[in-house]
Amino acid sequence: MEKNAGFMKALKCRECGREYPLAATHVCEFDFGPLEVLYDYDRIRASLTRSTIQSRRQTMWRYAELLPVAGEPTVGFEVGFTPLIRADRLARRLGVRELWVKNDTVNYPTLSFKDRVVSVALSRARELGFTTVACASTGNLANSVAANAAAAGLKAYVFIPADLEQGKVVNSLVYGAEVIGIKGHYDEVNRLCAEIAGKYGWAFVNVNMRPYYAEGSKSMGFEIIEQLAWRVPQHTVVPMASGSLLTKIHKSYQEFTKLGLAPETKYRLHGAQATGCAPISTAQKAGLDFFRPVKPNTIAKSLAIGTPADGFYALRVMKETGGAADDVTDDEVRDGIRLLAECEGIFAETAGGVTVGVAKKLIASGRIPANDSVVLCVTGNGLKTIDAVAGHVGRTREIKPSLREFEALLDAETRSTANV
Amino acid sequence: MAAKIRIPTPLRKLTNNEEVVEVNPGTVGAAIAELQTRYPGIKERLLDDSGAVRRFVNVYVNEEDIRFLQDQQTPVNDGDEVSIIPAIAGG
Repeated sequence: MEKNAGFMKALKCRECGREYPLAATHVCEFDFGPLEVLYDYDRIRASLTRSTIQSRRQTMWRYAELLPVAGEPTVGFEVGFTPLIRADRLARRLGVRELWVKNDTVNYPTLSFKDRVVSVALSRARELGFTTVACASTGNLANSVAANAAAAGLKAYVFIPADLEQGKVVNSLVYGAEVIGIKGHYDEVNRLCAEIAGKYGWAFVNVNMRPYYAEGSKSMGFEIIEQLAWRVPQHTVVPMASGSLLTKIHKSYQEFTKLGLAPETKYRLHGAQATGCAPISTAQKAGLDFFRPVKPNTIAKSLAIGTPADGFYALRVMKETGGAADDVTDDEVRDGIRLLAECEGIFAETAGGVTVGVAKKLIASGRIPANDSVVLCVTGNGLKTIDAVAGHVGRTREIKPSLREFEALLDAETRSTANV
Repeated sequence: MAAKIRIPTPLRKLTNNEEVVEVNPGTVGAAIAELQTRYPGIKERLLDDSGAVRRFVNVYVNEEDIRFLQDQQTPVNDGDEVSIIPAIAGG
């Protein structure tokens, strides 16, 4: 065990409770259960109050005691504290009283919530002495690892499915990362990386660094509570790929409540998937506590994980909190992207379309009552997945630089609208 | 000829650090039983009390998840490669 472990005590198996040193290791040697960071909450309670938090800079590190880095963070100081937008126009369209959008489309530096997990994983990787970092990714994580590693002077290898959106590929290459395209879907990339991680001495952020990495997601939930003036929203809708984000938002709400930073209230966590890759949603709707893996086929590539590692825990959180899951088709994903853009001026990637589309279904069916308050977690930027919506968002009309032509165009369109 | 089983890092303490172990052809279930006779204790790492593959263990035959095949009844032939891999997080 390190002498200086910050507020961390150990790694602990979520299945059997065996404890391990705070090293780069992610599964229990006994039952393969995932390891999770165990904190010293008594010391945290003494150190972390509302006023200390508010006195700190507006980044995710204002909650540093609850993030698994022993010393000061060395990667990603500026990450987090993204806007929480009161979305009244979207609320009216969806038919709900109070709606908020947690807007991680503008997270720093790579425009997705992954900057949160990566800054934690890379800061911790440095503390453990690593100089090469790596990840298996559906795109956003690759972008974030590549950018944050470049800024920190670390060598990066990122492994992605070869058929990813071009925006996400270029957005990894530009930082000088080694980008390896695997001819297969994400689950196959993941399987290969698990084997590679066992062989090379690298910090794989979502393999051997996973216990630290995953904790970074909690910062999104801490910010939601603080930005709602220290209150937990009644409903939170979260996109699910591996299911990790949903479980960590739950944990963030529990921790703030346990530490007395937010009053104890009933809240529900709802999960959103794309119909073309909906193992968790399918299981939730069938009332099962386990899922069957699927082969993904959806435009929501950032959520296309057919064997979700935290699927079991995500199902349990939804059950415990009285939440629901649902899934939406590719057309509904595009509709969701347009709805969010047209109502709130936020251009989300496909995962955001999934979240909006599923929220719409949950509200329409009464699983989210019309009189309640809801937060939507929008996790990535639409500029990265332009391919998914190009051709579905209207078209430009071309004219010569002539006032006469413009007036003719307006006139024709006004008449055609009047005829409808 | 035989089939190969790739042993994940957490289990290599049981296999004297062998990364790849050869087993006789048969099924996934038979391969696990054979591993158990050679490396006592390995079976309970992979299977739960009911004999099912543990929740966080993924088993692949020639890169295909056995849950898409016939689970522990999935055939393992000469030259096949079986991988045992812990579930990992999203990306």
